[in-house]
Amino acid sequence: MDTRLANTWRLTVNEKRFIETALSSGIRIDGRNPFEYRKLSIKFGREDGSSEVQLGQTHIMGFVTGQLVQPYRDRPNEGTLSIFTEFSPMADPSFETGRPSESAVELGRIVDRGLRESRAVDTESLCVLAGKLVWAIRIDLHILDNGGNLVDAANIAALASLLTFRRPECSLGGEDDLEVIVHPPEEREPLPLIIHHLPIAVTFGFFSSESLLVIDPTHHEEAVMVGKMTATLNANGDVCAIQKPGGEGVLQSVIMQCLRLASRMASDITKKIKDAVETYNTERALRKIKRHPTSITLDGSVNLKEKLNEPSGHNVVNELSRKHLEKPRLASAENASSPGNNGEGESKSSNFGRSSRRDGATSNFVGGAASWDPYSRGVDSDFLKASLASRGTLTPKKKQQDPTGERKPNESKPEESPGDVIPTTSAMDVSETGVHKGGEKTLKDAVKPKHKRKKKAFSSTADAS
Amino acid sequence: MEFVSPEGLRLDGRRPTEMRQLRAEIGNVAKADGSAVFEMGNTKVIAAVYGPREVQNKSQQMSDQALVRCEYSMANFSTGDRMRKPKGDRRSTEISLVIRQTMEACILTHLMPRSQIDIFVQVLQADGGTRSACINAATLALQDAGIPMRDIVTSCSAGYLNSTPLLDLNYVEDSAGGPDVTVGLRLLSCGTYGYTLGPMD
Repeated sequence: MDTRLANTWRLTVNEKRFIETALSSGIRIDGRNPFEYRKLSIKFGREDGSSEVQLGQTHIMGFVTGQLVQPYRDRPNEGTLSIFTEFSPMADPSFETGRPSESAVELGRIVDRGLRESRAVDTESLCVLAGKLVWAIRIDLHILDNGGNLVDAANIAALASLLTFRRPECSLGGEDDLEVIVHPPEEREPLPLIIHHLPIAVTFGFFSSESLLVIDPTHHEEAVMVGKMTATLNANGDVCAIQKPGGEGVLQSVIMQCLRLASRMASDITKKIKDAVETYNTERALRKIKRHPTSITLDGSVNLKEKLNEPSGHNVVNELSRKHLEKPRLASAENASSPGNNGEGESKSSNFGRSSRRDGATSNFVGGAASWDPYSRGVDSDFLKASLASRGTLTPKKKQQDPTGERKPNESKPEESPGDVIPTTSAMDVSETGVHKGGEKTLKDAVKPKHKRKKKAFSSTADAS
Repeated sequence: MEFVSPEGLRLDGRRPTEMRQLRAEIGNVAKADGSAVFEMGNTKVIAAVYGPREVQNKSQQMSDQALVRCEYSMANFSTGDRMRKPKGDRRSTEISLVIRQTMEACILTHLMPRSQIDIFVQVLQADGGTRSACINAATLALQDAGIPMRDIVTSCSAGYLNSTPLLDLNYVEDSAGGPDVTVGLRLLSCGTYGYTLGPMD
């Protein structure tokens, strides 16, 4: 207990009574029903491994970084995972800078238990040189706004960052293979962490009247509730951790009921997280692809437009993506994580600043990469120039060799392309690449077998999410 | 590694639902208002309670109830390897928090406004189940101090190894990596109090 107590915002007696009376009739002050979560939005930053989660008014950012360190003596071939929380004073007047308060430590420990002790993150794969060098993964959680239920949001932020974090690849070299070389991301694609399952924390609040419980309490409800319990479960129904610190006693049957509820919530939230991560991964892949100067885009915009207007846009997209999966891809598309490749459903939860790409499938891109012979297709330099010049509009059907382009959500319109066109590449956005079913098959067909191989190769390796 | 033999005996010869030997003493710390030593097998914990007394930090004073503080620490010599940082690390902070919340729910704090109750718990020997031993010792110490409580909280840990639920784990069973839980139960009103914590494998 600290001086923070002096700064704590307290609820008036009237407000308390109001909240409790409303709850006894099953009404919550923000209009939710007792077992409903607030709106969850997961966004990602530019860096791999940074996420921003908003659960109603609660706002938390997570960052994951990795460092090579010496392992613990008793676990010489396992990496380490540590969680640090930062309760920023801007989140709540009772938070102070400096040493983490009790609640900060508690939050860190709950998230830590869920992730580390349930072996969600595979630490053995983080070993580089047994006994000498392992990866130490550090998760930093910054609380930006305390709207209640920090634990759940922090847990989601930690998971989202872990899923999108990429660590540099390292290999052994030097004489007698004892020297570790860390490859920078430009040289070799960084690798994702291996995460076996996603432990989701679900917090319940108990009130003074028997059997009154709510899920995901807001700041106000937290000030009124007399006890709380956090259950961490994964989508398979396994209980990873339970924390019920003091407070009002509850019957064992109530605890069992809470666990059942929590397992339902956990599957919903897992799905949301996975969708958001996929969208991010697709986008990331697209960004990577753009980096390569010899990539070309193609269009098919015209055809696409027709598709765009279809009401069943999503289905179309999925269809198209599947078709695209067959088409040749960039060598560097191996970086596109496989989730993207499967053309799975979109996630509505992210709204990236750059462009609102929704769907998962990565473009079928045929472009240059270090190992790719850019001249095999005979890139038309005139076309490239033309497309650069006409940046901002979809290049009119140049039935190019290969259909390329990035997959965009149905509504990606030409006006979005400016944001996406990057000078170094002439990648233009084509909404729904899918459309080039049309004739440009010649070279592609020739190329297809090669790509198919590659695609298979990285479908099997990519994974993570 | 086999934690339960085919005959149904654990490593220390107990049955799966058998607890370790319990021993309790009160009044050990003469200066404290209340104190107790609680032993569960080889785990030995001492608790001392000071209060109700004047709040030291006036800014924390609460006008309608007593302030309950708890500090959990492990003696350096309590574990096999000498502990580097007996208190102030995250685990100790969390356990202090949990013990405090558990005891606070039991103490009739509204009877002692503007005062402070300190609970200090120190682990002298750690052989698994320190959390439970601490809660038990704290309950006893509070009673020795004569602090009004609504109920008695007792606690025990349990785990699951070799497909058998085991009661009251010792250190070896605890570090085996299976799930374990520490439960604090209110005796008279049959509610689950303290926290349950279960890392799952």
